[in-house]
This record gives sequence, structure tokens and C-alpha cells, in this order.
Amino acid sequence: MFKDLFQKKRKYATIPSERVGRGSEPGEERPRREIPEGLMNKCPKCGSIQYSKELEKNLKVCPNCGHHMRLNALERIQMTLDDAGFEEFDSGMVSVDPLQFPGYANKLEQQALKSGLREAVITGQGTIEGLPVVVAVMSFDFFTGSMGSVVGEKITRAIEIATERDLPLIIFSTSGGARMQESILSLMQMAKTSAALSRFNEKGGLYISVITDPTTGGVSASFATLGDINIAEPGAVFGFAGRIVIEQTIRQKLPDDFQTAEFNLAHGQLDLVVHRKELRQMLYKLIEMHTVKGGY
Amino acid sequence: MAGELPFEKPLVEMRQKINELKQFGADKGIDFSDEIARLEERYAQLEEELYSNITAAQKMHLARHHQRPTSLDLIQLIFSDFIELHGDRLFGDDLAVIGGLAKLNGTPVTVIGQQRGKDTKDNIARFFGSAHPEGFRKALRLMHQADKFKRPIITFIDTKGAYPGNTAEERGQSEAIARNLREMAALGVPVICVVIGEGGSGGALAMAVGNRVLMLEHAIYSAISPNGAASILWKDASKADQAAEAMKITAKDLLEFEVIEEIVPEPKGGAHRDYEATAAAIKDSLARHLGELSGLDSAALKEDRYQKFRKIGKFAYEQSSHVSVID
Repeated sequence: MFKDLFQKKRKYATIPSERVGRGSEPGEERPRREIPEGLMNKCPKCGSIQYSKELEKNLKVCPNCGHHMRLNALERIQMTLDDAGFEEFDSGMVSVDPLQFPGYANKLEQQALKSGLREAVITGQGTIEGLPVVVAVMSFDFFTGSMGSVVGEKITRAIEIATERDLPLIIFSTSGGARMQESILSLMQMAKTSAALSRFNEKGGLYISVITDPTTGGVSASFATLGDINIAEPGAVFGFAGRIVIEQTIRQKLPDDFQTAEFNLAHGQLDLVVHRKELRQMLYKLIEMHTVKGGY
Repeated sequence: MAGELPFEKPLVEMRQKINELKQFGADKGIDFSDEIARLEERYAQLEEELYSNITAAQKMHLARHHQRPTSLDLIQLIFSDFIELHGDRLFGDDLAVIGGLAKLNGTPVTVIGQQRGKDTKDNIARFFGSAHPEGFRKALRLMHQADKFKRPIITFIDTKGAYPGNTAEERGQSEAIARNLREMAALGVPVICVVIGEGGSGGALAMAVGNRVLMLEHAIYSAISPNGAASILWKDASKADQAAEAMKITAKDLLEFEVIEEIVPEPKGGAHRDYEATAAAIKDSLARHLGELSGLDSAALKEDRYQKFRKIGKFAYEQSSHVSVID
């Protein structure tokens, strides 16, 4: 099952050839258009251009500026878990349109096509260096990682399975917030997932929350901040309200580093900021620390 | 009538005509009583028509009405011996959230509410009812206190949302909301939440994880304010009325989705027309639900609350082959 996931060709954030042309003056078409799509990749932060293959080898971290580019759930699972033995939960669960919200059904289809994913989260059980763990991994690619009924339900089930099987839980969050098109049902997923974490917590389960760029709104204000240990990737934007909304409220420009992982670390909102290259090892060490029963 | 909303304009105009006619009759000594009776009848008809078909957008305006009773207004009318308690013991005392001890029909309870201001000055002090982390933490402190002393908890929800400011972010707005959600799920006492005005987003939910969630008839409750949704979806905040309809924000909608347990009726024209009647209806409903919950022990109360939220959500399953995946 795990293998099936990776047979699909993944879509990366590539520079389509038209985009390259758009930078130049009209009528001044450059031969750059001939660069095959997907071969090169431009860092959204520093603008430097790398071979996509090189970038992948570097775990999609820009070798020039260290910017951590966004990953989808499949890439994250591949990067984090051992190669074999991933058991995916609820892989066929899909969104419906409970509010009959204008345009929602179409948008769901478009998002699936665009991202190659069925929903904004993949859940399952796998291992890290042989240690079993339940994971939930969100994708910003699908509907900006917004939480609707499916995201809430899949994450709740994953938490419940971790509770039953007495396994550590890791949730990799990335989300723009609530899925407006499911309005109140979307909001209630915050309470549902948090209640499930309450039970997991009472039973003594270890929950590591990994906050990736960006994690905001309803996801930020529910399971993403409820880890026993909260980790973020460098530079990840993590906060409740959006920057623009805040700037409008306080009528001031916010500093560039506002709501970044480093900002949150300095304000006591995170345990750790960990580079992607060291993340898998850190997760292993933390889980191992909680499995060894000492002699004291 | 005072503080009419645009949709009530026909009523105001007709009332004015009736009054003018009465005055004219009195001045000239002409008897218009037949005409006046007929107009009064038409007025009653129109009133019935308008108020029995209030749209979601109109409810949004009623829920935000500046004369609508606030948490403190209702607390004074529903409970006796209210003693307000202050502070989160960590940072400060957020006036956007009020809470304390009170008696409901003689039984001690903890009551907490989101508090809009009554005028501009009050609104500024209370951040228009939008809490900072310290507000949510004050609420949680009072809830834990209630849990310790086995008092039922009653919360009033009335906020546009959590305060969207840099100071709130620095002090962990997300964490404060998330912690409330998790901790409220674990409370061993009855929790009843009443949405009395606007239930805006995570800021509302952070005090609304109850065994029972009740809503005043014209209150609204949504994941994002209709204004916010309109500006994100259609890049036009002025389409809030349209968004209000699409987002299913009314008490009736939420009852259908089983997100709330009961709609508490409001006086004709809305809660601001009659505070006493509004308070009496809420009190009645609170007493009934507390009575139902009083038989449950703490484990059963937690289980009841867990199941209430556990079942919310709509989804389907799809066969693997049917899914559109890029290859």
C-alpha cells in the first residue's frame, strides 16, 4: 500500500515556462522558454535557481539561503518514515458538500487534480528507525491545508488509533485554517481533534507536533499547539491570525520575522526549531527517550 | 421602536403613518378609528411576515445590534449573587472575558461570558469582546476552579473572534485557544454554553465545548465571520450578506447539523426589545438542561461531551480507482 503511494509522479513547485517569459518585457521573448518544465526550481525566498534533482537531494531546502520549501504529505512521509511498512488509515475518505456551498464541489475536484492528493491529510502507522509511530501529515497543496470534516475526522481517528495501540503520535501540520466552505462543521473539528488529544493525553501518550510552513488559524489553535513537544521547521510561519488582518487591526507594519518559528521560539511558544536534515533523527531520539524504561 | 435595522423600515414607516393619522384626527376632530383599526391590522400582519422570515443576513445584523443584551446584562437578570472574579494569574485581566460565581435558582454555578462594551469607551477597554490569550486563560482558570468545587459551568458566547493583534500572537493566542479546547473536554462537571450574539470562530469555540450548546434564536455561529469569508472568497467584504446566507450560520442551521441542542426563543424583533423576556427564556432552558445533566457522574459527563463533538462532520468514502490522481 505504501509503495502505491509513491508510484504516482509527484508534482513539485516548478517554474512553468510561461512564468519565465512573464518576467521580461512583452515582445521580448527569451530562448529561456526552451528549458524543460520541472528541470529547474527557483527558491521562493532568495530567487536562486537550482536543479530540481539537486534540490530534492537537499530535502527541498534551498542550498543558497536555507529556505525550507513546502512539502506535500507523500514527500514528508518518504523523508521521515522507514521505507517499508506504512499502513495508511482511511485512504478513501473524501469530502462532501454538506452546506451546498457555491463552488465547493468544483473546487474539491480542482484541488485533487492540482495536488494529486485526495485530501489535505494522510494518516497512518509506520516506523522511524524501527520504532512504531502513528502519523498524520498535512499538505498545503490541497486546499491550502484547510481543515474540513475529512481532515478533522482522519486526524481524530489517527489519535484514537494511537491511543488504542499505545503508540507515539506525530502530526505534521500545515494549514491556512478552517475550510470556510464547511463553516461550522469545519470549526467543530478543532474541538473534536482536541478532545481526542485530551484522551490520548490522559492515557499518557507521547504527542510530538511538527509545525511546518505555514500553520495558522484553526489548525494552529487546536492540535498543532497541543504537542507534549512542539517543533517547527526553520522559518515556518506559525500563528493564529493572518499578518494582513493583524496589520489592519493595529495599523502598524509588522516586523519581517513576525510569526516565524524563530519568533515563536523566542516568545516561548515552541520547544525546538529543527532543520529538516536533522528532523528525522530528532524525532527518533525523542521517541526513544520515551520508550526506554530506566532503572530508577 | 428604537435602533431599527434596515429590514424593519416598512414597519417604522407604517407606524409613523398611523401616528400621523391619529394626530391629524385629534387635531381636526375627525374620527378615523375604522381606518386606524385597519392599519393596525395590516401592521400586525406585516410584523408577523417580517419577523417570521428573518434571513441569515438579517440575523447577522440582529446578533450585532448595539442594543443587544451583553453577557453581563443577562447574568444580572438570570442569576443571583453574582461575584465577579478577575485575572488569569499569568499576565493580566482581560476585560473581554468576564466570569465569577453566581447562583442559578439557588444553586452555585460558575458563569463566564465574552463581554462586548456598552459604549465606545467600554468597547475599547474590552477590545470589542475579542479576547487575548489572558482572557481565554482566565476563563480556563475559572473552569478548573469550578471543576474542583463541583460547580456546573455556564458560558455565554458573544464575540467576533479572538483578538487579532501582535501582542495576542506573542503571548500564544493559538495555544490559549487550543488548551481550552482540550481542557474543556476533560471537565468533570456539567458545561452548558449559550451563544447569545455572535459566535465568531475559534475565539467563540474556545469557551464553547459544552455538554449542551444552546443558541438564542437570532444568534449566529460560524468558522469565520461572513465579512471575512466574503473578502477571502470574493475579494469583497461588502458581500457579507451573501456570505451569511451561504455559510449556514443561523441557530436553525446549526440545530440541523446537530452542532447545538436547542434554540432559545427571542422576543418579537429580537433580544434587544426585551431583556427580561430574553433572560427568562435562557434561564428556563439552562435549568432544564442542568436538571437533565445533574444525574451524570463526572466520567459520564466527559463521555457525553466527547460523543457530542466526536460525531460532528460529514464525509464519504471513494474507491481507489475512482480518484483523480496525476500520473
